[in-house]
Amino acid sequence: MDTILQGFISAFKLIIALDPELLKIIWLSIKVSGAALILAFLLGLPLGALLALKRVPLRGLILSLINTGMGLPPVVVGLFVYLLLSRSGPLGFMELLYTPGAMIIAQFILVFPIVTSLSHTAIVNVNPVIRQAAQVLGANPLQEALTVIREARYGIMTGGIAGLGRVTAEVGAVIMVGGNIAGYTRVMTTTIALETDKGNFDLAIALGVILLGLSLLINLVFRALQRLGRTGSGVVLWD
Amino acid sequence: MGLSLELSQVSKTYNGQVILQDCSWVFEPGLTHVLKGPNGTGKSTLLRVCALLEAPDKGRVNYLAGGRPLALDLELKRRITLLLPNVGVFNTSVFNNVAYGLKIRGFERREIEARVGAILEVVGLADKKRQRALELSTGQSKRLGLARAMVLEPEVLFLDEPTASIDQENSEIIERIILEMQEKKRATIIMVTHDPAQAQRLGDRLLLIKNGRLFPSKA
Ligand SMILES: Nc1ncnc2c1ncn2[C@@H]1O[C@H](COP(=O)(O)OP(=O)(O)OP(=O)(O)O)[C@@H](O)[C@H]1O
Ligand SMILES: [Mg+2]
Repeated sequence: MDTILQGFISAFKLIIALDPELLKIIWLSIKVSGAALILAFLLGLPLGALLALKRVPLRGLILSLINTGMGLPPVVVGLFVYLLLSRSGPLGFMELLYTPGAMIIAQFILVFPIVTSLSHTAIVNVNPVIRQAAQVLGANPLQEALTVIREARYGIMTGGIAGLGRVTAEVGAVIMVGGNIAGYTRVMTTTIALETDKGNFDLAIALGVILLGLSLLINLVFRALQRLGRTGSGVVLWD
Repeated sequence: MGLSLELSQVSKTYNGQVILQDCSWVFEPGLTHVLKGPNGTGKSTLLRVCALLEAPDKGRVNYLAGGRPLALDLELKRRITLLLPNVGVFNTSVFNNVAYGLKIRGFERREIEARVGAILEVVGLADKKRQRALELSTGQSKRLGLARAMVLEPEVLFLDEPTASIDQENSEIIERIILEMQEKKRATIIMVTHDPAQAQRLGDRLLLIKNGRLFPSKA
């Protein structure tokens, strides 16, 4: 009991003091997950839109694969990326194993199906009358597609937030391919795992609290976006 | 001169069910043509086919300028527009909804501001300019749809039940706008209504659709 209380007190001291090690770990988490998310959007949004708006051969199969990918166990992804990047692996020459780059790749694989699938769902669910409205107002095919995508923007952002929630909380993949090297590939989740192992609870609890706060924030944004996607909010996000 | 629209033996089938059959008509430029007919007889379908949203299965839709038929391309599509029965309001501000057609045509910001501002005055939505369009009432949404179409100064304007499920006051506003358009512009208006009195008030030509066929109607 004492240890836990002690842990919480030291944890809050670390947070209030903006402990440099703590900040560095948080910053790396943001960079790795943020980069993975941006990459996932760059590829997943166009793919989701394509599957939603065009007749694509094998669409059903592709969607099934993507939906399966949403539930991939992080350790399996970690193993896969490890094998890919290890010295004897096909991409071993890139020497990415145990670097933030490897972590970004692993998290990208985890978040890409989520972003793609939720973008697809959001775009498919746009009322068909929107497409007709764009047409009768003189949109060319590209403008028409962009209008439908823009109409789905809150749903798409919801997908991004859901993806971000998954990767920031994930530990299995990043620890396998990043190696949890202090000051280099150590992120929030891996630090919590390691420091708990060592019985060093201060940093672990501090990061746990921050991770929880982040998770709460993500949820609030998530709900706000869902509300904006429907009617009744008064806020206009594009001008 | 204005655009004229000619239908020759237009037929349309959905899932093997014939909706329109051999519809032929010459819509004279500058006049208002009112289309009536029971529910489900193909009025909206005819409007979508005329407005080039859908191609007919048989027959031809011809647009002519000075007697010469035009290609059914984007350039022509941008000279006509259709007010859909359920409008299709975009999830953005009232201003952005009305500005949409001008933006995609590449108009300059200042011109867009001026034109949209003026048209919002006409339809009585000027005070709602910055409001989220999805919050508008049904009647206001119809007026928004009308503004969104009128701001493009179309040469042919299709109106699919512009006053359906609208109260007396809003109907009168919309009718007044249509009448003003008739006086001022050279636009050809082709509209659907279930209100016989309204058809009388607005129509230069009355048409009836029954069992997929198009007839002239006297009253
Ligand atoms: N996209 C579509 N796919 C299949 N059937 C359709 C489609 N659009 C319309 N129909 C059918 O075509 C018929 C005519 O529909 P349409 O909407 O043109 O009628 P309408 O005369 O406008 O009726 P209302 O007065 O109720 O608006 C209906 O039976 C309808 O079910
Ligand atoms: Mg109809």
